[in-house]
Amino acid sequence: MMVWLREQFGGFTATYRRELGAYFATPMAYVFLAVFLLALGVFTWEASRFFDTGSADLAPFFVWHPWLYMIFLPALAMRLWADERSAGTDELLLSLPLGMPGLVLGKLLAAWTVSGVGLALTAPMWVTVNVLGSPDNAAIMLTYMVSFLMAGAYLSIGAAISALTGSQVTAFVISVVIAFIFTAAGWPVVLSGVKSVFGTGGAELVASFSFLAQFEGAQRGVLELRAVVFFLGFTAFWATLNGLWATRQRLG
Amino acid sequence: MLDIQRLEKSFGAKHAVRGVSFRLEKGTVLGFLGPNGAGKSTTMRMIAGVLEPDAGDALIDGKSILANRREAQRALGYLPEGAPLYEDMTPPEFLFFMASARGMNGVARKDGVERAIADARISTVCDQRIGSLSKGYRRRVGLAGAILHDPPVLLLDEPTDGLDPNQKRAVRALIARMAPHKAILISTHTLTEVPAMCTRAIVVDRGLVIADGTPEALAKKSEDGTLEGAFTRLTDQAEAESA
Repeated sequence: MMVWLREQFGGFTATYRRELGAYFATPMAYVFLAVFLLALGVFTWEASRFFDTGSADLAPFFVWHPWLYMIFLPALAMRLWADERSAGTDELLLSLPLGMPGLVLGKLLAAWTVSGVGLALTAPMWVTVNVLGSPDNAAIMLTYMVSFLMAGAYLSIGAAISALTGSQVTAFVISVVIAFIFTAAGWPVVLSGVKSVFGTGGAELVASFSFLAQFEGAQRGVLELRAVVFFLGFTAFWATLNGLWATRQRLG
Repeated sequence: MLDIQRLEKSFGAKHAVRGVSFRLEKGTVLGFLGPNGAGKSTTMRMIAGVLEPDAGDALIDGKSILANRREAQRALGYLPEGAPLYEDMTPPEFLFFMASARGMNGVARKDGVERAIADARISTVCDQRIGSLSKGYRRRVGLAGAILHDPPVLLLDEPTDGLDPNQKRAVRALIARMAPHKAILISTHTLTEVPAMCTRAIVVDRGLVIADGTPEALAKKSEDGTLEGAFTRLTDQAEAESA
């Protein structure tokens, strides 16, 4: 058992360090972080009128997370496999005695770490509400954690699609479309449409696969086990697809 | 050391490799020759475990690339065609990554990287990113990555392609130094360097082995006594037969 695990996950550390290094060796991570934080700031202040809500919480900030992740995280994940293929380094990677699970997780976790850094850099927002009032810090902590899990789910879509195509641009576009479907499924506009065609049961089923609906409880500071299981399970599902699609290359 | 058994591979309707078999012992440098599209790179990719063969097997140091892929890959150093590298890394970073991915750590990793840097003569470019290196240096960084874990079998796909004469000589010298302790398979279409580099040569065309022998014996098959003449005659013949 231990030997098997070591074989499968053997390349994890090397892959993780290489991918994380690649993000910060190029302007990629810095550009991502700067633009992500800027966008989050603009939406929180301009669209949600952060200071005008009159309450000391981060609701006007968290509400934008799914929508921004939908656009930004596929951009972070698109290079993970497509870049290897266009540079030909996939051939080098496949000739190493590595297990696919270690490779998939190493790459995914490197991107996840960068998104985590982005999330951590929003801490001044949290500090601000504490200066202005007395928010429920435990609830905010929880929302941050579920938001981080949700980021992994978005990244897993991008990484898997990146393994499917050799082009970063194609990977980005397809990932955003898929991410949009899973996000917007919980949109009231979409749900009422589904309800009129398939009834309440249909609408509930669609909503249960929606990131908006799954993130909703956490936004109110409620820890829902089903949301945690959903995001982790969703990530695991796409990571598995990722592994299968990356292995397919061995077939030629 | 290296035992290739009836490897076959098709891509759609194209039968790229049609049953290639040969054996390679320690101390042999085998030149793997053939026109473009003959199936050289496909065969090498199958031996390296990058591509799954449709049929046949390759034993590397006794381990099957199909049944025991990781063990077989541990015994192998592979330089893919065009020497693809991570351009955002410096050569030592790249070599550290390769060593870690091969499960080396601590002193073994440090020693391996240092030895590979010295053997491939790349110490002068260690501070530069691979993306800014010349073709010759990139090829040598790739070569350093392939020899870093001191594998008994080396698979080099066109290691001297695109290098200037001095760089070619340096790579040939490195191969000559390693030759007594390893089994080395080199694909090339630069025939002039085969007699200088290889102790044996195989010619493939249309996915089949059409000649096997020492470079001198192959050269004798032509009217003018050169390897090039023999190459043209052999591959033309194969073309005529298949037409």
